[in-house]
Amino acid sequence: MVGIVGFGVYVPRYRIKTSDIAELWGEDGEKIGPGLGVFEKSVPGPDEDVATISVEAARNAIKMAKIDPLDIGAVYVGSESHPYAVKPTGTIVAEAVGCSYNMTCADFEFACKAGTAAMQAAMGLVASKMIKIGLAIGSDTAQGRPGDALEYSAAAGGAAYLIGQKNPLATIEETVSFTTDTPDFWRREGEDFPSHGARFTGEPAYFRHVGEGAKLLFAKTKTTVDDYDYFVFHMPNGKFPVAVGKQIGVPKEKLEDSLVVRQIGNTYSGSAMIGLARILDIAKPGSKIFMVAYGSGAGSDAFSITVEDAILESRGMVPTVDDYIQRKTYVNYATYAKYRRKIKALG
Amino acid sequence: MAEQGVASVWRRIKAIYTIQGNMCKTCGSYYFPPRPVCPECRRKGKLELYTFKGLGTIYSYTVVRQAPEDFKRQMPYVIAQVELDEGTRLTAQIVNVDIENVEIGMRVRACFRKIKEFGQGGIIAYGYKFEPTMKVTGHKEKSSPKQKEP
Repeated sequence: MVGIVGFGVYVPRYRIKTSDIAELWGEDGEKIGPGLGVFEKSVPGPDEDVATISVEAARNAIKMAKIDPLDIGAVYVGSESHPYAVKPTGTIVAEAVGCSYNMTCADFEFACKAGTAAMQAAMGLVASKMIKIGLAIGSDTAQGRPGDALEYSAAAGGAAYLIGQKNPLATIEETVSFTTDTPDFWRREGEDFPSHGARFTGEPAYFRHVGEGAKLLFAKTKTTVDDYDYFVFHMPNGKFPVAVGKQIGVPKEKLEDSLVVRQIGNTYSGSAMIGLARILDIAKPGSKIFMVAYGSGAGSDAFSITVEDAILESRGMVPTVDDYIQRKTYVNYATYAKYRRKIKALG
Repeated sequence: MAEQGVASVWRRIKAIYTIQGNMCKTCGSYYFPPRPVCPECRRKGKLELYTFKGLGTIYSYTVVRQAPEDFKRQMPYVIAQVELDEGTRLTAQIVNVDIENVEIGMRVRACFRKIKEFGQGGIIAYGYKFEPTMKVTGHKEKSSPKQKEP
């Protein structure tokens, strides 16, 4: 069965506290963290972007999987902050990890679920035996307009998954998607920052699509909440995944371990995929994982995953999600503004 | 000016993305950047492409506090001579470290970073920089929530 043969993550070292951002804009710093469920967010260094984050995550995944990069037949990078508008990020990643030139490559874009869409595409190619192994990456250096609510959560990070059939660490039994045309969040060509429909991003967008995606997956796999040990939902903030979990009837303790958003913010295309990686870092063989990624615009990709025995041998080889979360240096708003090119005079 | 750098970057992509140099099969010396001939063995040399493991130690370093325009956002930053485990040395920026913590002999590993942008509309050159080696802990075993229930 098609599964995950290796995975790796990368989170930049810098962090800014959401209370520091709040104080700059005259908001109550004490309230913002608990209110949003985001206490600090990752900030990429001045020389980091989606290509560099993707390469670091992919190198970790390849090291863990102990595969020959020449066996990778497809490289797909999902992001909404690709460094080039035209010119794929995937070619940079493929060259940097040592892939063969005889492979297919493309960049994916579907707001925060581009990475899981890439996983689904790789699954199809592997299942149909067109390729041996597919590399699917979700990675972002998300931007929030200074002073906008998004600025508290828009973070940077990425996760890479190697999809294959031989000796998987976790098998993917099923995946389904729920997609509609819902303009809850967008960025027009040439715009520096995205726009969003404020409260509209909740009910008709996130909650509807994640809820429907979850329903479809339960129906297709003939399972219920009780059949799963862990749940992972896209994390635009700390509140939404907890609220949607409540709606679906997920016990708190089954969701808790995936909530990386509290310490690193919303890594967009990396969000649910890093949450899943954190579960794969700790789950015992036989555990079942239910993941629903969400992308604005809007759609959700739901996955049913079972952890295999092989996962035990893969541990301790590459840094875990927690290793990256704990490796941090705080920066103030001025440094953050400098690194994120919010100071336009610097070019 | 947008086309600036295209050929010179493209020509070196393999070398600077993966630290690919060469190794002389005759004398066992490693070279980076790759050399056309082995200066030790001359015509008896037999050079083969070699991708370095990317691990090494800081041989010497300096802190840059007056940077060219393109690097101002990163000031102050560390430039070091890194001695790779295979024996050769190269010059690289050290990132993910506070400058006061850098020292000669520090273990470092190669990472992938943006080196330079040729203006806002130009190409982006990527390549190696080095960072302190990262600890790999692995998570502690934890029983799944379902198994905790009676």
